[in-house]
Amino acid sequence: MHIDLQTVSIKPLRHTFDNIARRIGADKPATRYQEGTLDMQQTANFHYRPTWDPDHDIYDASRSAIKMADWYAFKDPRQFYYGAYTLARAKQQDTAEANFDFVESRGMAANLPESVRDTVLKLLIPLRHVAWGSNMNNAAICAYGYGTGFSQPHIFHSMDQLGIAQYITRVGLLLGSVEVLDDAKKSWVEDDTWQGLRRLVEDSMVVQDPFELFVVQNVVLDGLLYPLVYETIIDDVLSAQGGTSVAMLTQFMTDWFAETKKWADATVKIAAAESAENKEILAKWIGEWRDRAAAALLPVARIALGDRTDELMGEVVQQFNARMTKAGVAV
Amino acid sequence: MDMQVAKKKLGLKERYAVMTRGLDWTPSYQKMEDIYPYMAYEGIKIHDWDKWEDPFRLTMDAYWKYQSEKERKLYSVLDAYIQSNGHLNVTDARYLNTVKLFVSGISPLEYVAHRGFAHAGRQFPGPGPRVACLMQSLDEIRHAQTQIHAVSNYNKYYNGMHDFHHAHDRVWFLSVPKSFFDDAITAGPFEFMVAIGFSFEYVLTNLLFVPFVSGAAYNGDMGTMTFGFSAQSDEARHMTLGLEVIKFILQQDPANVPIVQRWIDKWTWRGYRVLTLVAMMMDYMLPKRTMSWKEAWEVYFEQNGGALFKDLARYGITIPKCTEHIALEKDHLSHQAWGTFYNYAAATNFHTWMPDADEMEWLSAKYPESYDKYYRPRMEFWREEAAKGNRFYNKTLPMLCQTCQIPLVFTEPGDPTKICYREVDYKEDKYHFCSDHCKKIFEDEPEKYVQAWMPVHQIYQGNCFPEGTDPTVEGFDPLAAVMKYYHLEFGRDNLDFEGSEDQKNFAEWRGQATKNA
Repeated sequence: MHIDLQTVSIKPLRHTFDNIARRIGADKPATRYQEGTLDMQQTANFHYRPTWDPDHDIYDASRSAIKMADWYAFKDPRQFYYGAYTLARAKQQDTAEANFDFVESRGMAANLPESVRDTVLKLLIPLRHVAWGSNMNNAAICAYGYGTGFSQPHIFHSMDQLGIAQYITRVGLLLGSVEVLDDAKKSWVEDDTWQGLRRLVEDSMVVQDPFELFVVQNVVLDGLLYPLVYETIIDDVLSAQGGTSVAMLTQFMTDWFAETKKWADATVKIAAAESAENKEILAKWIGEWRDRAAAALLPVARIALGDRTDELMGEVVQQFNARMTKAGVAV
Repeated sequence: MDMQVAKKKLGLKERYAVMTRGLDWTPSYQKMEDIYPYMAYEGIKIHDWDKWEDPFRLTMDAYWKYQSEKERKLYSVLDAYIQSNGHLNVTDARYLNTVKLFVSGISPLEYVAHRGFAHAGRQFPGPGPRVACLMQSLDEIRHAQTQIHAVSNYNKYYNGMHDFHHAHDRVWFLSVPKSFFDDAITAGPFEFMVAIGFSFEYVLTNLLFVPFVSGAAYNGDMGTMTFGFSAQSDEARHMTLGLEVIKFILQQDPANVPIVQRWIDKWTWRGYRVLTLVAMMMDYMLPKRTMSWKEAWEVYFEQNGGALFKDLARYGITIPKCTEHIALEKDHLSHQAWGTFYNYAAATNFHTWMPDADEMEWLSAKYPESYDKYYRPRMEFWREEAAKGNRFYNKTLPMLCQTCQIPLVFTEPGDPTKICYREVDYKEDKYHFCSDHCKKIFEDEPEKYVQAWMPVHQIYQGNCFPEGTDPTVEGFDPLAAVMKYYHLEFGRDNLDFEGSEDQKNFAEWRGQATKNA
């Protein structure tokens, strides 16, 4: 059967689902982000309490000290639902693949100055374990956070971090072999340089409050680590030493951080704007964890920065403080 | 400078191992039991997480690439379907009720699966199962969203779906699927994996997902069909994960076997009870049938499932006892269910109707042992009464099973003339059950099941009226108040298909689209 509807217009009974209309204030066409996000999480009449956490409901806003009148106040500025998310990542993956091909096909990895290669092996490769910790922490935030507006970006973030751990692994395999990965893991577990950071990562794994965990992992730790490692060390310092090909191999991380920090900032901003209590809690979390993270990153930064470590680390912290102030939390 | 040394190329398996397991380390600043606090309390013993065999080896770069291609195709088909008013191509407007059932009963479960797999993935200390679970968590939000996006356009033109999230948490029969998933996600991570990963995804998926998607394909619903086909390769991954989980747990310690057996027994029955909705959908709601419920059960459970349980026998697992009961019910389930929904059509978000003469012939042919003898007479009677203007709506509330939450409408196994009732006294109260299996599930964990939010009890307690309702006023209409609480519009969302707005609009729009009047 062929239906040609060029001149036939059918008037719809409604333009979106009622819950969306209530939230956007009118019955008008909604976006796929809105229809795929708003009120997705069940809110009422739960049948049983979790046997693993009988003090809470299955989804329970009281798992966090942050209080929101409406957890759907959190909106992802990227408007990521699954489809938009995978399309965005696939595009970045194309670029990453082209970069890896470019570096590989021209033998650029083999031609890296020895000092640069050494720095990458010592500094970058152990960071795959940090990304793995983040994969786990973000899974926790997704599982125990309240409201899909807040929880959804965390499953994306969790899988992004797995992807990043895998990109770092590929850099290791490109510059060396499986032994490179084994050596880096040994450093991560044993070397003094890494123990402050490893302790921080393991401590973050027992943080129970999903919003605090978001702050620890996605705001503070990544907020210092990415500008330090990818922007300062790889894109600037190593590039100046003949390591531009390394910057190509980590472009995914640089782009990813530039994109995701907008979402992290928006999330902090919305929570802080909600109440003075939230703002106070956030300032406390951000301040305390920032000091710990900056201290833990210092010996790691020293691998690449030597004498300039304190100065450049100071700049990174300053930028971070400015970022938080802009998001509404002065620290 | 030529330092190009021939590198040892990693095999796929090795490469995947360094991409996942190599990322893990044994923590020393925090204790394992603090990082993974839920690993012990279910009694499952895992000695070596490294024995986990990765059921598929998908790194994130490949995942993004494949999945985005699928998404691109899916949404372009959906857009074209919407643009061309594809909804007018469905076999007939009764079909739309399947979509209503799906979006309010099933899609919200995909979302719970998403959260549940995030939880399980976070809690398993082994990197292999963690990655597989988290990937499934990501897939499940995909399924929830693509389903909603596909159904979104139907909602613009037809009733019953307009507030499906709200309905899912409240409407009486939707507590059947909701309590099923609530039960799974509140269980420990291992039980969740057996419940959803194995029993639901592996054993029962062909009886849930496949009938809806095939039904869509048979009935011209390209939207639903497309997301179904697009989800197929995800489902295949989920099934292999479900099977790997069960084998892994069983291989780790013989003490795990009886625990897992109890879970398989429980979740096969729990899942089967949810499939009641699918059974009636297949036999009554699809204008163009794909196969009967009975045939589906025989092919997908008795044959395929039989082979699976033969395979699991070497671990000491036996086929769940409840399957004998299910075999006795297969001639009756869908008819009893549809009769119930026909009765309670004043309190549902979809329409019901009586099959026409041709459809009754189909039912007789598919159910020669039962349809003409037990069900045709009552359906013909209802049809005749409706024709005389006495369409019957049951306005009294039924007794519900404390476990599966289905009204006590099923008959004794082996005696289709006698309703099956079971009861248990626990502490100060009496609890009712539809079957020995639901009763046993309760008796194994009474403290869990006494918590259930029972829709009928809640209505009687006055908890299902809009805020500010005074049930003591003269002429108070409890059904009207409950419908308001459900956000369902009396006369539009409920009642018989005959005379419904959906029926009228569909006929008019199809006419507009196909005729020159």
